[in-house]
Amino acid sequence: MTLPPHSSLPLLAARGLAFARNDEPVFGPLDFAVGAGEALLVQGDNGAGKTTLLRVLAGLLRADSGEIDIDGRPAQASLRARAIAYLSHLPALKADLNALENLNFLCGLHGRRTRQLPGNALGMVGLAGYEDTVARQLSAGQKKRLSLARLWLSPAPLWLLDEPYANLDLDGINLVNRMISAHLREGGAALVTTHGAYAAPPVRTRMLVLERAA
Amino acid sequence: MNGPSLVQAGKALLVRDLRLLWRRRGDAFQPALFALLVVVLFALALGGEPQALAKVASAVMWVAVLLAGLLSLDTLFRGDAEDGSLEQWILAPVPLAWLVAVRVLSHWLTTALPLILATPLLGELLHLPHDQLPVLLASLALGTPLLSLLGAVVAALTVGMRRSGILVALLALPLYVPVLIFGAGSVARSAQGLDAIGALLFLGAGLVLALVLAPLAAAAAIRIALH
Repeated sequence: MTLPPHSSLPLLAARGLAFARNDEPVFGPLDFAVGAGEALLVQGDNGAGKTTLLRVLAGLLRADSGEIDIDGRPAQASLRARAIAYLSHLPALKADLNALENLNFLCGLHGRRTRQLPGNALGMVGLAGYEDTVARQLSAGQKKRLSLARLWLSPAPLWLLDEPYANLDLDGINLVNRMISAHLREGGAALVTTHGAYAAPPVRTRMLVLERAA
Repeated sequence: MNGPSLVQAGKALLVRDLRLLWRRRGDAFQPALFALLVVVLFALALGGEPQALAKVASAVMWVAVLLAGLLSLDTLFRGDAEDGSLEQWILAPVPLAWLVAVRVLSHWLTTALPLILATPLLGELLHLPHDQLPVLLASLALGTPLLSLLGAVVAALTVGMRRSGILVALLALPLYVPVLIFGAGSVARSAQGLDAIGALLFLGAGLVLALVLAPLAAAAAIRIALH
């Protein structure tokens, strides 16, 4: 990571961010900022626009109005691509490849941190011994863990996590919290969507509550 | 930040595609088998008349290769769209157009190249005159990458739809017709003793144009489809 670990500028800042689908407002306008070492919990009911917000921030959807700054600079596509790692609902795993091959491909696509190796990351998320198991034979929770391993290897300082706790057992929930804490200690930041605060990581958090547009 | 280089990302994608293909080699051989079927059926239907077969041999080869490519077009981006891989392509630090170009290369390597390599054999089956073989090979070598690139644009346009089998064929047809005309036409000209170089140059020019523009167009279409 080349971004300064504790710069005064927030890692991610949104001003007046709004998104509408077919002229129906989905969320916004929203103003928020996440600094290095901070987590932002995005809460809201089903359909409140949590996933849409993350997709807008990641750059998969275009906001109707508002601005997004990353580390004080306007979020252009190239800057976003290097600064953001996005954990989606869709696992992006090929069913016919094994865990290690899937991880190697995603690392080839997104780059990886120099000191981290895919094999070690699999061990960290509790998938040691599953290297040669094809993804179609992994359970939903194990697929989630594999996605978490990809995230752990990503060099991006800003994590956008869409329901990271879904499908995970208690140990998995602890794993997510440990990963977020470690990532934040290294000067990263995370946006986490959840239904409730039952599984918040033990770190400095801000809250953003989305309400369904009337 | 140490993002991947174009070469690294491209290599990762190519290795992944070839590995996936090997895991599902039964499905992978389908286009080649389909082309073989067309050629064999033609040879059997006109089997009694080698002269008649020789006259249409190059055209049959071209149609067989074209249809085989069309058959596998719908799967070009669909699998990656459904499991979320395309999202990660878009978010990657390398241009989406580059990844699309690599994907098209792997499509061409696995559908068209085996058929080009088998063309001398299939040509024998169709009583293709031996002096037409070099022109046929040259036209296929220039024309099939062009077909793959044009097909990628169409496949990208329809990737957001649930079922688009016939739509892909309908959209691709008008784009494929000029390639077929110049491709099969070049062999027909050389069969008449005319110079085939003009038609081949047209194919080459089309290929260069498509190499630059088609990945960009397909990438734009994928972005729209995933919105």
